[in-house]
Amino acid sequence: MTARISAEVHRSFPGGAGIRAVLDEPLAPGQVLVLFGPSGSGKTTVLRAVAGLDRPDAGAISFDGETWFDAASGVFVSPQRRRAGFLFQDFALFPHLSVEENVAYGLGRLSREERTGRVLEAARLLRVEPLLGRRISMLSGGERQRVALARALAPRPRLLLLDEPLSALDGPTREELRGELRALLHHLGIPSILVTHDRVEALALGDRLAVLVDGVVRQSGPVEEVFGAPADTAVARVVGTENVLPVRVAGSEGGLVVVEAGPIRLLAVDPGHLPAEAFACIRAEEVILEAAPGAPTSARNHLRGVVTSMVNEGPLVRVTLDCGVRLVALVTRPGAEQLGLAPGLPVAALLKAQAVRLVPRS
Amino acid sequence: MDAEALRLSFTLAALTTAALLVLGLPVAAWLAVSRWRWKPLVEAVVALPLVLPPTVLGFYLLVAMGPMSPFGRAWIAAFGRPLAFSFEGLLLASVIYSLPFAVQPFAAALSAVDPRLVEASHTLGVSRLATFFRVSLPIAAPGVVAGSVLTFAHALGEFGVVLMVGGNIPGETRTLSIAIFDSVEQLDYATASRTALFLLAVSFTVLVVTYALRRRPVLG
Repeated sequence: MTARISAEVHRSFPGGAGIRAVLDEPLAPGQVLVLFGPSGSGKTTVLRAVAGLDRPDAGAISFDGETWFDAASGVFVSPQRRRAGFLFQDFALFPHLSVEENVAYGLGRLSREERTGRVLEAARLLRVEPLLGRRISMLSGGERQRVALARALAPRPRLLLLDEPLSALDGPTREELRGELRALLHHLGIPSILVTHDRVEALALGDRLAVLVDGVVRQSGPVEEVFGAPADTAVARVVGTENVLPVRVAGSEGGLVVVEAGPIRLLAVDPGHLPAEAFACIRAEEVILEAAPGAPTSARNHLRGVVTSMVNEGPLVRVTLDCGVRLVALVTRPGAEQLGLAPGLPVAALLKAQAVRLVPRS
Repeated sequence: MDAEALRLSFTLAALTTAALLVLGLPVAAWLAVSRWRWKPLVEAVVALPLVLPPTVLGFYLLVAMGPMSPFGRAWIAAFGRPLAFSFEGLLLASVIYSLPFAVQPFAAALSAVDPRLVEASHTLGVSRLATFFRVSLPIAAPGVVAGSVLTFAHALGEFGVVLMVGGNIPGETRTLSIAIFDSVEQLDYATASRTALFLLAVSFTVLVVTYALRRRPVLG
């Protein structure tokens, strides 16, 4: 059963900057909608409004056909009654309670046996059972995150909201928990909305993506679509000039991973622990164009294609190619002139294996 | 030492502290989170007893309790005796006079509670009131205890307002500090000295306990 989140959040702040975000996205169980944007773009404001923690100045919010907020009719459903779990950036665990009391906190209405059952169920899911008797101050960052998730999930929310869930963790822990979090969110029978400013996090965790710039949702859709085809320059600047191709791992060759993106094969450096499915990310700046296949180069990937369009971007030219998949290259103007690039011209695109970055999925 | 005055002072201080826990906590909770435009007005009213001479406050309370004021008349009609120069009147005066000693530490402790914790509680389905008792109050507990202890000590030694509102009726309004004043007037320095030393010891102990509590790290 696919639910739907519709949110129109208007909020003004002293100092001028305002938020006028409009969002209308399907939310299937186990799917993750990522609100993506630079800091100050309003993504956390939208998330807090969906949770009911802030009341927008104007607009409306509904989830799964239920109105949570409507400025016009004065409806405001309290956060208590929305049943939306919220994971805070710093986890906001209750310091005066044990891990077990934290996880049980939202289960006040249940009987003692039911409560114990739910606590164990959530603790097992998040693998925090051995921590139940500990105090919060004794937990590591990663443990805190898992306890906070267990606490949010124990009351069986209808929707999970996550505010920069990995940003409070240090580098190695973050890498490790990113994969775990993705598996968990997909395993849950409920949809999630996740806020992040981190590209890799958005690619690794998101199914759908909404890009916020200056308080406005500029583009939304499936992750690879938004990353692969930014609707305008503002979105392109935020998502980066990346080619994002969904790929399947096909094997290995000379210490490199072979992945398939539709009809093309690419060689990439193995990031380790690669599942069967991944995104291959290639920065447009790192795509080298060649008018005709020439002498052998050290680049491992040679793709033949045809120029489909060209757009000037200051001293650079954004060249879109059809290589069986859509590929964008960013080259200098003199470089483009020297090759005589024009729509319809056959070219070869050269990619070093280390320019193909793989982000694990599934 | 005047045992009756001692008992009266302790009863007055205990009841004042209890009353301020009930009345002061909601005010402090409101002060801790409110962004109301006129909040400084409320803060000023709460802090007024800190700077006002006790005689000024005592004078206004006395007038308000007297049979000339609507409140005083209503009290006499309801209870058959005047509020002024009674223990109840003394208690009311003491509560008002001790207001800042309770509300200010309570509010400081409550506003130091991370608002995220309160929000987390709300998203977990727990009502505002229950959140106050399950999250805010336990975390602010050291500050609330410190404020209560301070209030108790302050009410124990109160003199000016007590004299204005309560007078000097043994067993009804004659507190320890009044007893000291009495002893000195009668040139009974030995009794005055014992009572004064006792109050000094209690006050000092209370302050040591308060500062020790404040130094204790927040539970976690």
